[in-house]
Amino acid sequence: MKNTSVAELKNIAKDLRKKAVTMIYEAQSGHPGGSLSAADFVTACYFREMNVDPKNPKWEDRDRFVLSKGHVCPIQYAALGTLGYFPEEELHTLRQEGSHLQGHPNMKCPGIDIATGSLGQGLACAVGMALAGKRDGKKYRVFSAVGDGECQEGEIWEACQTAYKYQLDNLIVFVDNNNLQIDGTTDEVMPNIDLGDKFAAFGFDVYRIDGNDMQQIVDTFERIKMRHNGKPKCIFAQTVKGKGVSYMENVGSWHGVAPNKEEYEQAMKELEEGF
Amino acid sequence: MKKIATRQGFGEEIVALGKEDNGIYVVDVDIGKSCKTTDFAKQLPNQHVNVGIAEQNAAGVAAGLATCGKTPFVVTYAVFGSLRMCEMIRQEIAYTNLNVKIACSHGGLTPANDGASHQAIEDMGVLRTIPNMTVIMPADYVAAKKLVRAAATTYGPMFLRFTRDNIPVIYDEDVVLEIGKAHQIQDGKDVAIIANGDTVCLAIEAAKKLAEEGLSARVLDMHTIKPLDVEAVKACVNDIGKIVTVEDHNILNGLGSAVCEVVAEMGAGKVKRIGVQDQFGESAPYERLMAKNGITIENIVAQAKALQ
Repeated sequence: MKNTSVAELKNIAKDLRKKAVTMIYEAQSGHPGGSLSAADFVTACYFREMNVDPKNPKWEDRDRFVLSKGHVCPIQYAALGTLGYFPEEELHTLRQEGSHLQGHPNMKCPGIDIATGSLGQGLACAVGMALAGKRDGKKYRVFSAVGDGECQEGEIWEACQTAYKYQLDNLIVFVDNNNLQIDGTTDEVMPNIDLGDKFAAFGFDVYRIDGNDMQQIVDTFERIKMRHNGKPKCIFAQTVKGKGVSYMENVGSWHGVAPNKEEYEQAMKELEEGF
Repeated sequence: MKKIATRQGFGEEIVALGKEDNGIYVVDVDIGKSCKTTDFAKQLPNQHVNVGIAEQNAAGVAAGLATCGKTPFVVTYAVFGSLRMCEMIRQEIAYTNLNVKIACSHGGLTPANDGASHQAIEDMGVLRTIPNMTVIMPADYVAAKKLVRAAATTYGPMFLRFTRDNIPVIYDEDVVLEIGKAHQIQDGKDVAIIANGDTVCLAIEAAKKLAEEGLSARVLDMHTIKPLDVEAVKACVNDIGKIVTVEDHNILNGLGSAVCEVVAEMGAGKVKRIGVQDQFGESAPYERLMAKNGITIENIVAQAKALQ
């Protein structure tokens, strides 16, 4: 846990966005849209809120991070590489044979607490980690990012039931509500109605915020810290898929496509100037 | 002969293990009563989790617990513990190579009265194809206790399959069983009978009948079908050349298939497979279901003779 200021966090988020887009451009493969929507939350977790030690990634008292929407791992890899979990040069090896940086998170990568990539499954693992922490009387917390489309998987709600039953107030779920999934908007593909209401109905404390506003993310973390009431936490965050790159913003086709050279250069310019 | 369901052996041993090691957890899915974890839940509440009727989540919760150093046993019926949870096992337990055990009652046709929905005939075959998984079915109550203990003290993802119904106790308490090693019950020179789970007792009886007819049988309990004891199969081929496999599982991709893979690659030896004939079961007495699939002492004898 660090006292990184909101201004500094914004700068770091800009840097991580550029790194994530660069990784995807170099690999000519990967998922830019969701990486950019979740970037601010990932930044706030790793560079301020979480109690972690990059030199000791398996430290048993560390806070855990479970990227349930595993396809947006470039943004998490960017955070891990910047913090020194592995040499930063490895960020240029995304999706390459033999790389730690698999197309979806793999536990061989230092700092990855559980493999994800098959949607709907990460949150249950996060619940297991939070439960172990409670049973062992540990102070660590578990942060998990889930997609709004991902919440169509039934296992998400099974996991929520368990989090409520075992009073896992050490679990913080960030719902990256960018309203887009592969085949269209979530309303078109499968209406989620109001995921905030759903998490509340499952017994979570729900915090509704703009998930691309760093100040709101930090403020929410501060509020959550004051609430040891036995209820798991849900940050229901409105976000913009592709946030920071004009031609990607709210465009579903940028879910899993890499930019070409021209698009990449424009993205770098916009990310540098826009934040 | 005394008869006890192997789920009972699991239920007793897991309590003993949990008392010895507070990292042993049981993750139940609301069928703890029939899977025999009620004593564990009562005596070791801090190591017990019940996630309700939610098997997929149970696999994920167990994986999360395992990343924190626990040794969780997810406890359910074999049909759910293999197929309902299949991709969660693959992604979060096997791919991650975590120390999670899937311990399942109601293996094979043993939940006879429950009908096809509850009879697991594909489970071992499906899990055998997932990298990193170990797949085990103990032959009796004693073997269940021994192999549950071995599983708890050996790192890695494992699937253990127990019977719902009572089956004969064939082993003495001092039997030594090792994961991945066939247990030879008797030696013989005319045929090798390789069986596992609730069919081992049938193999023993068949060997007695064959002896009456002047044929001697080597009987192997192949409780672990993955990793298969390849050397034991090769020895059967080299020493005898004639093998009958017997299993309470579909003949596709279970013990018989695993044995045939070894035999085929050796280019020598003959195999007859006895098992569920790629058909669903029904509500019926256990012995009737077994007979409908030819999983009987008489058929083992007949197949052994046909190989001569």
